[in-house]
Amino acid sequence: MPERELTFAQAVREALAEEMRRDSRVCIFGEDVAEAGTPFKVLSGLVEEFGAERVLDTPISEAGFTGVGVGAAMTGLRPVVDIMFGDFLTLTMDQMVNQAAKAHYMSGGHWRVPMVMRTTLGATRRSAAQHSQSLHAWFSHVPGLKVVLPSTPYDAKGLLKTAIRDENPVVFFEDKMMYKLKGPVPAEDYTIPLGVADVKRKGDDITLVATSSMVQVALGAANMLEKEGISAEVVDPRTTWPLDEKTIVASAKKTSRVIVIDEGYGRYGVTAELAAVIAEGAFYDLDAPVKRMGAMHVPIPFSPPLEDVTVPTEETVTAAARQLCNKT
Amino acid sequence: MTTATSKPTVDSEVTGKDKWLRAYRQMVRIRLFEEQVNELYTRALMPGLAHLYSGEEAVAVGICEALHIDDYITSTHRGHGHCLAKGASPDRMFAELLGKEAGYCRGKGGSMHIADPATGNLGANAIVGGSVGIATGAAFAAKRLGNGRVAVCFFGEGALGQGSLYEVMNLAQLWKLPVIYVCENNLYNEYTHYTETTAGTILGRAEAFGIEAASVDGQDVRAVNEVAVRLVKRARAGEGPAFLQADTYRYSGHHVGDINREYYRSKQEEQHWKTERDPIKLSANWLLGQGQADAAILEQIAAEARTEMEAAVKFAVAAPYPSVDQVEQDVYA
Repeated sequence: MPERELTFAQAVREALAEEMRRDSRVCIFGEDVAEAGTPFKVLSGLVEEFGAERVLDTPISEAGFTGVGVGAAMTGLRPVVDIMFGDFLTLTMDQMVNQAAKAHYMSGGHWRVPMVMRTTLGATRRSAAQHSQSLHAWFSHVPGLKVVLPSTPYDAKGLLKTAIRDENPVVFFEDKMMYKLKGPVPAEDYTIPLGVADVKRKGDDITLVATSSMVQVALGAANMLEKEGISAEVVDPRTTWPLDEKTIVASAKKTSRVIVIDEGYGRYGVTAELAAVIAEGAFYDLDAPVKRMGAMHVPIPFSPPLEDVTVPTEETVTAAARQLCNKT
Repeated sequence: MTTATSKPTVDSEVTGKDKWLRAYRQMVRIRLFEEQVNELYTRALMPGLAHLYSGEEAVAVGICEALHIDDYITSTHRGHGHCLAKGASPDRMFAELLGKEAGYCRGKGGSMHIADPATGNLGANAIVGGSVGIATGAAFAAKRLGNGRVAVCFFGEGALGQGSLYEVMNLAQLWKLPVIYVCENNLYNEYTHYTETTAGTILGRAEAFGIEAASVDGQDVRAVNEVAVRLVKRARAGEGPAFLQADTYRYSGHHVGDINREYYRSKQEEQHWKTERDPIKLSANWLLGQGQADAAILEQIAAEARTEMEAAVKFAVAAPYPSVDQVEQDVYA
């Protein structure tokens, strides 16, 4: 029997539905999450199965309902808070950074915030500067939060189930350009631990460390490089915190050349942190400086030819890899 | 929706002898706790600063005496009174203020972050208005879980400037959540009179959402308690959120180091509140006038509270600091 395939969106929905069946404390709230099932239709069918008491449409009040999520998580529920576009995370920052992230530590370990915030990232949807950003670095910077970046339907289901069962606030970023991506997803219950990287493709000449949809870009680039005789390894950290430094450094030591690729802004971003981890852990095994590829340091422009050059692509990654391997 | 200024009824005055003596004792304990805090600051025994609750005792006590131990509260940077009124123990509070391991937060929170699951205290919060979502979320969980609990969200009138308050009030009314927003109007947003920062009326904000709104003399513990009992009862019965404006006064500065205050308020004003409007004196006069207590009983209550606070301070001063290896504990559960 061929493996069952689901889209990324279906995998997310299946994870939520399974966890809601398993645990009556799990509930969802956010803007247009019920009958509308979100603008991306990721949640379609959930309110019909679980009812309006567990799948709740909120007013357009990101700070308010995020705070409600924090309080509900502290007092016995396991809320999944939906922030429609990652750009709207700006409105939740006090609740996430000063409240959710710190409640456990500030209370000497007495209160817990087992809450998931699901949101999106990713450009090239022609949505301009306020609906296209990838702001996961901000949350990765804050102690007390965990940050998950699934790159495949399989990972999306397994990681989301783990995030819901986690005792801490977890921010779960879905690239909205990947919702229609198909891949094998087992129908049964499975989880993927947070903090364990996945080598998505083995290779010997260069390591491409990539996150979220950039994993797909890296895999495409690896195919192109293979035709040129360059064997690329693709490592997907899957979570920026906790971070599986060991797997990343081991791959860097093995191949001796590394490109880190992430759709957040390059400056002070995830790529900088990953490059530092590699430099600290594999410096004497490297044959070239670690190359960083992130979003350009500009607000995401609307015009397609402008927008397309702001993020790494298979072509730009391939060219950078070629240069790093001295095969230009 | 109703808007009312509550006065104690004859009924509660007749039946409340032990109740009002207990409330009196709680207010005295808070006052003497805060006197010790100021002493710890001036003697340089306390790291950092603290924001004293003296003058506002009737609000915390009047409200918390209407709650069960497992009802929730969220508190503020000026939170010692709320924590004590909800049942916190002074020795562990002082230990927290001094950064000791025996403190409620094992020394990691300090004065502005005392939290205690055993008394339903979701935590004091150093972000003005920062806990409004948490309190509303606790009410959401209580409703969803059907456990009959209510949540009280204490905040000062300074938090009226924060938009998130109105976001959650809207949600609470839409979802009929058992949460009571208690606005302690002590007249000053830090160093600025609230009339300089607050357009319109305070109660008008709640009325706009159709939320049950009331104001009360925050120096009168019986009046506060009576309205609290009513609002808690209706919240528990599923009738939705309420908003209470408690008019009160902060005797000290914004924090213990705010000594020279004449540029924003006069000494005459402070003196007026302390002599004419003091919640403990008002309560004592009422107890004496009703024959519910005599001077000896009130003096005994004060003496016991003083002994309790002195012992608690002694405990905290002698308690050890956390070992440095605890610095990375409890970042994640």
